[in-house]
Amino acid sequence: MPLVLRIALTHLRARTRQTLVSLLGVATGVGFSIAMAALMQGSQLDFINKIIDATPHITVKDEFRHPDEQPAARRFPDAAVAIVGAKPTEELRGIKGARRKLAILEDQPDLAVSPVLRGQVVIRYFGKDEAAAIAGIEPDRHRRVSQLAGDIREGRLDDLHAAANGLIVGDGLARKLGAKLGDTVTVSSPVGVVFKMKIVALFHTGVISLDEGEVYALLKKVQVLQDRQNVINRLYVKTGDVYGAFARARDIEARFGYLAESWDEANQDILEALQVRNVIMYTVVAAILLVAGMGIFNVVSTITFEKLRDIAILKSMGFSERDIRWIFVLQGLIAGTAGSILGWGLGFGLCRIMEGIEFKVRFATEMTQLPLYYSPWHYLIATVFAVTAAALAAFFPARRAARVDPVEIIRGAA
Amino acid sequence: MTATTHGRPLVAARGVTRILPAAVPVTLVHDIDLEVTGGEAVAVTGPSGSGKSSLLYLLGLLDRPTRGRVEVDGRDTASLSSDDLARLRLERLGFVFQFHFLLPEFSALDNLLIPMRRLARLDEDAMRARAEDLLDSLGLLSLKDKRPDQLSGGEAQRVAIARALANDPAVLLTDEPTGNLDSRNSAAVFDIFQRLARDEGRAVVVVTHDLALAARADRRVELVDGTIVSDSRQG
Ligand SMILES: Nc1ncnc2c1ncn2[C@@H]1O[C@H](COP(=O)(O)OP(=O)(O)OP(=O)(O)O)[C@@H](O)[C@H]1O
Ligand SMILES: [Mg+2]
Repeated sequence: MPLVLRIALTHLRARTRQTLVSLLGVATGVGFSIAMAALMQGSQLDFINKIIDATPHITVKDEFRHPDEQPAARRFPDAAVAIVGAKPTEELRGIKGARRKLAILEDQPDLAVSPVLRGQVVIRYFGKDEAAAIAGIEPDRHRRVSQLAGDIREGRLDDLHAAANGLIVGDGLARKLGAKLGDTVTVSSPVGVVFKMKIVALFHTGVISLDEGEVYALLKKVQVLQDRQNVINRLYVKTGDVYGAFARARDIEARFGYLAESWDEANQDILEALQVRNVIMYTVVAAILLVAGMGIFNVVSTITFEKLRDIAILKSMGFSERDIRWIFVLQGLIAGTAGSILGWGLGFGLCRIMEGIEFKVRFATEMTQLPLYYSPWHYLIATVFAVTAAALAAFFPARRAARVDPVEIIRGAA
Repeated sequence: MTATTHGRPLVAARGVTRILPAAVPVTLVHDIDLEVTGGEAVAVTGPSGSGKSSLLYLLGLLDRPTRGRVEVDGRDTASLSSDDLARLRLERLGFVFQFHFLLPEFSALDNLLIPMRRLARLDEDAMRARAEDLLDSLGLLSLKDKRPDQLSGGEAQRVAIARALANDPAVLLTDEPTGNLDSRNSAAVFDIFQRLARDEGRAVVVVTHDLALAARADRRVELVDGTIVSDSRQG
């Protein structure tokens, strides 16, 4: 064993209790960092997966990123033009040439595409009115783009074809209406068309806004209901590479001119909130490690003061300042490393405990578990931070110890 | 240490003055000229506060002179870095102080091995053999596994002497090494120093206020108020 390491260990052993406390400080910091990282990343991935499952990877809309310029502004590009009393046209646009665009996208082997007409309806059942967004879909195409088929709890997606006017509603909406599978509801659109439609399936996504506000019917029926024959105003796209969706959306938008939004762009605000949450987590971890560092500073400082005579005699024997500094920095490194290893156990234990906790989310019917994500990176990163903090905390007392003037100590002791 | 070091100047102060900078500067030693050769045991005496310890720290490269220079093996040390000075202390100098300064957590043997391992000139077995020989020559072999707090004052001081010799230094610098010992132990320790000089060719400096002991040395240097007032060979 290297000499300075042996001396460092001997010093720590002379201060066992204080060393153990500082070690526990590091272990707590590392353990909680690991547990928190597992929980944070786990819930984040869980959340992102929910978003990815619940929404199309890319949505092409019958809208443009930049609204048309007013003709007056186009005429006088350098002038300050104020437009007063401009009214939007009543034109219900839809995606022009949607079928051809659909074919173009479907030619790309890694894309699945579902043409959709979305609109608003009011659903009435025994005097209860509920507004909902209706999506007209082609089940065979839609199945490959969305999780809808998998989210259906009662009935089947294909039952849309079976009934004359089939409707799929979320379980939340059904509960609000007081309707159940097989019931017939009245659906009226803003243009005044009214259909009697039969509930052929109920779905549950876990996202309340969808479960209470979305309904599905065949594309052809919705086009009639909305009085927009052959109109398609959304193309839902699923890509092979979820995280490449943003770039892919940009390509599609450049090609078609229509707004193409990837899932991450559409949920930018939520993803930003996740980033904020990460910052909070790192702040807490930094605070814990700071406290751990203070523990180490404390024990190493105490030892340097207690060992002034030893430092003086080691220097008189020919130990250099660097040797002395090393002795005490090593003490920090030892406490940091041993504390980290203890922290791995603590962190893993905490994860297992959290994993065992089952609880019920509001309105949910089934038990949920905390989503945890295990990664060796959590252990590595926490350790690197803890050991660095420990070395840094030990460095300052170590530097002071190395600069001790042996003459002063030896005179004082005589 | 071989006989070839006999008569060679191993440590020397040349016009050394040390002034502590302060509002009222303190002169510790003033214009000291002292050369100690191999084979010589020098007793440094003088009243309390006359600068004996200060001189020893300067000769031992633990302190740097304000003026003048300290030479080890005939080489000026003024331009050396603190790392270089540490190296010289490790290889060429040994200290014994009034208080033994043994490392309390280590056994007597380990206390000897620490400077040897730092120098790492020998392999582990050779270091152990040498450490045991040194302890044996001072009648301490049976105590090698004892920790300092299990030793008597005289035993601890002899272990400290053995440790000072661990790396076979050319120069042994001792400050009141017998201050805590009774007269019988003091005489025994002093005889060891004589032997280390005469038989082994080391330069030995012994600071003491015990005039009876000083009388046994080859050479006596007397300090008053930081200057040498007499330097005489005797015996
Ligand atoms: N740090 C200091 N500040 C002020 N004065 C000091 C300091 N160190 C030493 N002195 C003074 O310098 C002088 C020389 O001190 P030194 O320790 O060398 O004397 P000494 O001969 O070894 O004395 P003693 O026999 O008591 O050990 C003394 O007067 C002492 O008080
Ligand atoms: Mg003194």
